[in-house]
Amino acid sequence: MSGNNKKYWKGIEELSNDPTFVKNSLSEFPEFLSVKDARAEAEDESSNGRRDFLKLLGFSVTAASLAACDAPIKKIIPYVNKPEDVDPGIANWYASTYQNGGEYASILVKTREGRPIKIEGNPLSSITKGGTSARVQASVLSLYDTARLEYFKEKGQRISKESADSKIISELTAIQNAGGKIRIVSSSIYSPSTKSAILDFIAKYPNTQHIQYDAHSVSGLLKANQSVFDKHIVPSYDFSKANVIVSFGADFLGTWISPIEFSKQYATAKKLGKSKKTMVRHYQIETNLSLTGSNADTRLPIKPSQEGIFVAELYNKLAGTKISTPSLKNATLDKIANDLLANKGHSLVVSGSNDVNVQILINQINTLLNNYGHTLDINTPCNLYQGDDTSMFNFVQDAKSGNIGAVVFYNCNPIYDYPLSADLEAGLKKTNLTISLSDREDETASLCKFVCPDVHFLESWNDAEPKKGHFSLAQPTITPLFKDTRPAQESILAWAGVKKDFYSYIQNYWKQNILSGDFQSSWDKALHDGVYVSAATTTNNISEATSVTVTEDTTISNLDLNSVAENISKIYKADSTGIEINLYEKVGIGTGNQANNPWLQEFPDPISKATWDNYVTVSQKYAKEKSLEQGSMVSVTINGKSLDKSVPVVVQPGQTNETFSLAMGYGRTKAGKCGDGIGVNVFPAVTYRNGTLHYFSANVSIAATGEKGIIAQTQTHETIMARPIIQDSILSEYIKNPGAGRFHPMIMTPDGKKKPSEISVWSGEHIKPNHLWGMVIDLNSCTGCGACVVSCQAENNIPVVGKKEVSNRREMHWIRIDRYYSSNAEIPEKGVDKYFKKDEGSSYDDLEQASENPQVTFQPMMCQHCNHAPCETVCPVAATPHSSEGLNQMAYNRCIGTRYCANNCPYKVRRFNWFKYFDNSKFPDNTSMNNALGKMVLNPDVTVRSRGVMEKCSLCVQRIQEGKLTAKKEGRRPKDGEIRTACASACPSDAIVFGDMNDTESAIFTQLHLENKERAYHVLEEINVQPNISYLTKIRNV
Amino acid sequence: MFLKRLKLKTTSLLIIFLSLALIFNASAQDSDGAKQANASGSSAADPAIIDQGAALFKQNCTTCHAINDVVVGPALKDLHKRRQLPWIVSFVHNSTKVIASGDQYAVDLYNKYNKTQMTSFPTLTEAEISSIVEYIKAESNAAPVAAVVANSSTSPTVGDAKPANPYSDLTLILVVVVLVLVVIILIVFISVLRRYLKDKHTSLSEGDAYLVNQKYDIGGFFKSKGFITVISIIFVCWGARACWNNLFYVGVEQGYQPVQPIPFSHKLHAGQYKIDCNYCHTGVTKGKQANIPSLNICMNCHSQIKKGPQYGEAAIAKVVEAYNSNTPVKWVRIHNLPDLSYFNHAQHVKVGGLECTNCHGQIDTMEVVHQHAPLTMGWCINCHRETKVNGKDNAYYAKLLESHSQVSKKDLKVADIGGLECSKCHY
Repeated sequence: MSGNNKKYWKGIEELSNDPTFVKNSLSEFPEFLSVKDARAEAEDESSNGRRDFLKLLGFSVTAASLAACDAPIKKIIPYVNKPEDVDPGIANWYASTYQNGGEYASILVKTREGRPIKIEGNPLSSITKGGTSARVQASVLSLYDTARLEYFKEKGQRISKESADSKIISELTAIQNAGGKIRIVSSSIYSPSTKSAILDFIAKYPNTQHIQYDAHSVSGLLKANQSVFDKHIVPSYDFSKANVIVSFGADFLGTWISPIEFSKQYATAKKLGKSKKTMVRHYQIETNLSLTGSNADTRLPIKPSQEGIFVAELYNKLAGTKISTPSLKNATLDKIANDLLANKGHSLVVSGSNDVNVQILINQINTLLNNYGHTLDINTPCNLYQGDDTSMFNFVQDAKSGNIGAVVFYNCNPIYDYPLSADLEAGLKKTNLTISLSDREDETASLCKFVCPDVHFLESWNDAEPKKGHFSLAQPTITPLFKDTRPAQESILAWAGVKKDFYSYIQNYWKQNILSGDFQSSWDKALHDGVYVSAATTTNNISEATSVTVTEDTTISNLDLNSVAENISKIYKADSTGIEINLYEKVGIGTGNQANNPWLQEFPDPISKATWDNYVTVSQKYAKEKSLEQGSMVSVTINGKSLDKSVPVVVQPGQTNETFSLAMGYGRTKAGKCGDGIGVNVFPAVTYRNGTLHYFSANVSIAATGEKGIIAQTQTHETIMARPIIQDSILSEYIKNPGAGRFHPMIMTPDGKKKPSEISVWSGEHIKPNHLWGMVIDLNSCTGCGACVVSCQAENNIPVVGKKEVSNRREMHWIRIDRYYSSNAEIPEKGVDKYFKKDEGSSYDDLEQASENPQVTFQPMMCQHCNHAPCETVCPVAATPHSSEGLNQMAYNRCIGTRYCANNCPYKVRRFNWFKYFDNSKFPDNTSMNNALGKMVLNPDVTVRSRGVMEKCSLCVQRIQEGKLTAKKEGRRPKDGEIRTACASACPSDAIVFGDMNDTESAIFTQLHLENKERAYHVLEEINVQPNISYLTKIRNV
Repeated sequence: MFLKRLKLKTTSLLIIFLSLALIFNASAQDSDGAKQANASGSSAADPAIIDQGAALFKQNCTTCHAINDVVVGPALKDLHKRRQLPWIVSFVHNSTKVIASGDQYAVDLYNKYNKTQMTSFPTLTEAEISSIVEYIKAESNAAPVAAVVANSSTSPTVGDAKPANPYSDLTLILVVVVLVLVVIILIVFISVLRRYLKDKHTSLSEGDAYLVNQKYDIGGFFKSKGFITVISIIFVCWGARACWNNLFYVGVEQGYQPVQPIPFSHKLHAGQYKIDCNYCHTGVTKGKQANIPSLNICMNCHSQIKKGPQYGEAAIAKVVEAYNSNTPVKWVRIHNLPDLSYFNHAQHVKVGGLECTNCHGQIDTMEVVHQHAPLTMGWCINCHRETKVNGKDNAYYAKLLESHSQVSKKDLKVADIGGLECSKCHY
């Protein structure tokens, strides 16, 4: 505050810079004056201490209040040289690529004033087609993670890039010359340029081998394709072309291979409307209730040890020549076999198993069903997963016996997520040169000699080939936040002696190998689009074999199915009596590499609705037998090793009886402040057997510790209790009557029965002459994946409240996905009166009890923007009025926090700020508001709410306003699809359609009035609040 | 009878005062008018030609030239006295050719102005150029007067934050003065009357005598309980009201006029040189922010102009130095809208068609910019209530305007299409 900037002064003291004034203006409150001292001096008449005290107090109060009145001087700092394409206040969008291990998404990055703040899907992509997932949405916050390393380190000490390079090069050269083994260990790499850089490294140090492994491996699938088709690949799947899908434990909508791509395809197959009355039928055979299983039409819970036998039995039912495995009788399996045979060439059988033998049988089944070339494409390999369990195992054993000279870890963290991490840890101590390229000092990096931090994917150039011929470019959207970090590829190139930045390296690679024709123009187009599809390409990703044509009659000569059957019989049992555990991946945290992302930690698991933890899921029957309750702490022993922490129990409907499930990705110790110490690490319980990792075990026991833990669940009520919140039907009924399953409430009045809409306390209707914004949510398409939840959190500056506050039911998500289980209790035909009488058998208790293997329905729930909103009428200060465009508005600065509105909301979608979540050290997990780095992710167009105000879904009013303004500036009406809410744009299954219901050309109008008029309903129609959000009935194909 | 006379006298006094006031007013207006006439009426040429020249001058020349000041090129005052028309025409059409021909004057000019070549305007006809010269001629003659006027009001005053009608103030003062005079006159009359009655009419009735001889104990009145109570109630009410009213202005920084690190004069740039606001504030039609110009925009002109008329070389040197050292200038932000309200310039300027001056006041007369509008919500809302929707040639509003015209004969106001709704500005 220098003098020349201030014209006003507030008192003579300030003008003359009186020392007392200056001193007091610096401290907000006067120094504490002891009451005792003041009294003692007052007794002495000569003293005037009391007066001094009062004077000082008065002066200080005046000074403080004057200071408070004066608005702080704000500076406005323009560019020196304004880049032509950056305008403050206007977002710039860049096409880029998200890749993290096996996850892939082509994305558009929204930057404001040079900061990436939001990720959307890229609709031009041939693979993800504009879809995203919760993890993709959350990855923008990982950019601003304070746990990231800011500079290179050698043995924990800071070191400059140059000296690190020279030391590493000289050590590598020495090891190479001495004939030592050099290894580059990474997760699956499907970036052709990165692979090329690694090849350059190998050329310089020929003793190098590149080892890829995946934390959640699909090595069994790769090996099965190797032995059947001589191709070590994952094929391309097309769920959209299938009439029947059978999945053995493959969570393809949540975590398996390419969930965004598969969700898009699956949603296409599940769409219904006037013009499409057919739908896929989906069978899921699995242990724990997965996201995919909860979407299945028919779900069969089995123990993990039965899976092989089930697959073999299905094979036997389909094949002419049978294999000898223990026989099994299951009515559902018979039905599946018949369904599959009726849909040859239009079916798809997948398995999430990592057992080569099971996957070989799956290949055989798909061959028998003539699916190759139709729903499966073996000639267009999917490159996302390439990890080979055997070579990783061999590497760890090599390291353990001290045979490795140097190792570079890139984009992986085996000390945490490799089962034999203890062996590896011992091996690293014997290895001379250990280098980690991790962006933080994680479990592996902290054991390495050199840590050369990589930049975040939003800061660097990269490319990707997720599928053969489908290319994708990643471009930096911000200058690296930490100057002393370097893209991993540049580090590898520097050590390989290639003096090139990775940008020109990629350009060069694309020029030579990918793009044809005029380079500059095709490069510019590829960069603009973010994706490039080429018909014929050469790639070093996959060892190219000649293309195979697989038909029904194809027999693989060198394949010995008898030995496969033998191996399966050894491991799997038709009827197992013991207790088993399977380890699975959660939709939010995955394998744990984004564990320090609070958005993902607070993301409620789609099934259990639990946040901030992993837990043992047990069946209701088992829990009853062993008197386990929700939250009972148990210690788990797997294969003789007990996990290092006790975990809480979640009683999970749909869980196979006598099985446990435990999620991987938790129990990080060096992820960062937010992710450390949450849950327990189960990777050490994974076993290595027959060349692959196995994620289940029959050697397990649990013991209750007697303690009770807290599970922070966002939804504790599980069933819909016979209320018509979810309206569903089955396909055969739907074909007969498109309005099947709809509930039409009637209200009894003195004048007879009336529709709720005919009775209202309001007279007259507000006109909506301009727009009428609304949403249609297709319950049939919604898979419950939760991408919308995180997208909304990023768009609307929603705070993270932490585990304790979630368990206090104070989570802040504006959109939640309600998950309802079905109950076995039957609803009597004549109303629910019966349920009030407990002694007559069926009671509410039965309705509340989810069945053992329930049907699941997901319902995204956010502010319904009621036209007769109950919340609006009870606000004493009119802080939540209705707009002429149908929005239920929320003026934060007007709200005084009575919470009447939340009490009066029938949908319970209003969120109250119980605390000040920003700049508050008590909420360290809310990283996007509590440190300078994290705050860069905030959306500048949305207010950060303070303590004591109510908030809720605004229908992304900032986007509506922006879209309208764009249209107005161009002198036209907004085009349909131009304005999309954060949830609608994030959705990988296009379940949410947002638009202007006044626009007869819009998709929402088409859905509501033409395609799915009969299916559309309002939740709680009987109370006639007239929401602008409609739902389409869920139709099952059973 | 006597009382009647008194009344007459008062009325005539009032009339005299009022007529005096009117005369003062009128003469003030007259002198203003005379000044204006003086400023513009000294040219002999056809006003139409001068107008044409003025338009052309503004369109083509102002980027580099001004009448009285050196901008990129020389000041053009008294151009007609320095060069003949044919020379000017050939120079404007192709200055390079004239310089190349070895014309001494042209070469000197070229060297004097850092060897910057003047853009050629081959499309301007001779008549057009001559009209520009006529305009320059007219301006040259008028210039001294304009300069004097400009100088007299250079010192920035906080007062011009409230450009209220001066006449209303004057009338108010006059009314007060008249009323005070009336009170004094009445008091004088009463005392004169009383004395008259006391002296001349000794045979007054008892009641009348009491009235005439009555003495007000003014001291006693002021000390009376009733008076003190009434006064204190009035005082407390007044204080409370003042507090309440002032609370509305906490944080309202109308008239805020901080000193900027570089004394940039809008009066000079926008007022005198008529540089379009858009030229520097590039974002005003594009988005939320109007944008404080980046230094490279300043350098478009100041790579040539190193000396300003008011602050000389020092101020411009700061700009050049900041640019060369790549350090951005930290301007003091004047218009601080609270974070809870969203404002978009493009909506108001591009779509609404508002002038900058609507909210920012007469920027082109501000030597140092101050906050013209209170920027309170009441101020925003009021404008939304009063402003017509600018639906001209905008298909967005076409249907709205049409349906409105069917039900109402009044104009469609911003408030009618949701301009008062919370989430138009708060989200």
